Amino acid sequence: MKAKIHVTLKNGVLDPQGRAIAGALGSMGFDNVNDVRQGKYIEVDIK
Amino acid sequence: MKTAVIVFPASNCDRDAFTTLKNHVDKNTQYVWHRDTALPKVDLVMLPGGFSYGDYLRSGAMAAHSPIMQEVKKHAAAGGLVLGVCNGFQVLTEAGLLPGVLMRNAKLKFLCKEVFLKVGNTSTRFTKEYKKGQVINVPIAHHDGNYFADADTLKRLQDNGQIAFQYCDENGNITAESNPNGSQMNIAGIVNEKGNVLGMMPHPERHAEKLVGGTDGAAMFRGLAA
Repeated sequence: MKAKIHVTLKNGVLDPQGRAIAGALGSMGFDNVNDVRQGKYIEVDIK
Repeated sequence: MKTAVIVFPASNCDRDAFTTLKNHVDKNTQYVWHRDTALPKVDLVMLPGGFSYGDYLRSGAMAAHSPIMQEVKKHAAAGGLVLGVCNGFQVLTEAGLLPGVLMRNAKLKFLCKEVFLKVGNTSTRFTKEYKKGQVINVPIAHHDGNYFADADTLKRLQDNGQIAFQYCDENGNITAESNPNGSQMNIAGIVNEKGNVLGMMPHPERHAEKLVGGTDGAAMFRGLAA
């Protein structure tokens, strides 16, 4: 069995990394991005 | 030779780069802010070390899309010289100006120490003052310097003589023990096919004055000035 875990900051907590990525997307011409949340993704293989 | 240093938010070797360029290459060197949309007329653009954009997303990934990088790409395509050191190397790979990627160091630690490098290619503007196989001593200071490229790319780098520097011991032996960060083939620096873009993790600009502990990096800048 594989557990897939997404870790992000709690809702409402400022995510400067996500915001910076959103800014970069904007400067690349993606003008339809509302928000970006950045986090970690972990795969755990369970016996 | 006219030169410029690009400054990204959280670049922190911009002043080292500026000082070394000023002392060895171009007394009128200048800073260029990452938001600028035009490069001044220069022969060499240097991308300094640091933590551009706080290393958000991946080291160099955000800086590679900075407005000024469009101009740096044009400059490189037209044959202009580009030197990326440390974070600058990461930006060059993220921008597609050099092949491969720089992953987290194999032992996951930030490394700040002096290393030995073997000079592999002496036919570029950056390395022509060195002798082939010469061992030089320069510092590294990075967390993500573990060079990775697929087997085809590595073969191409080798066949074209694009491997500029490899980590080695003080006698020039390229060994697993002298590889600080797990880089494939001990790669510390590479050039593009045309030889006008060099990216390297170690800091030649920090070993260009006796006062700061070493001068082996100075030859690179002397070569650029000549």
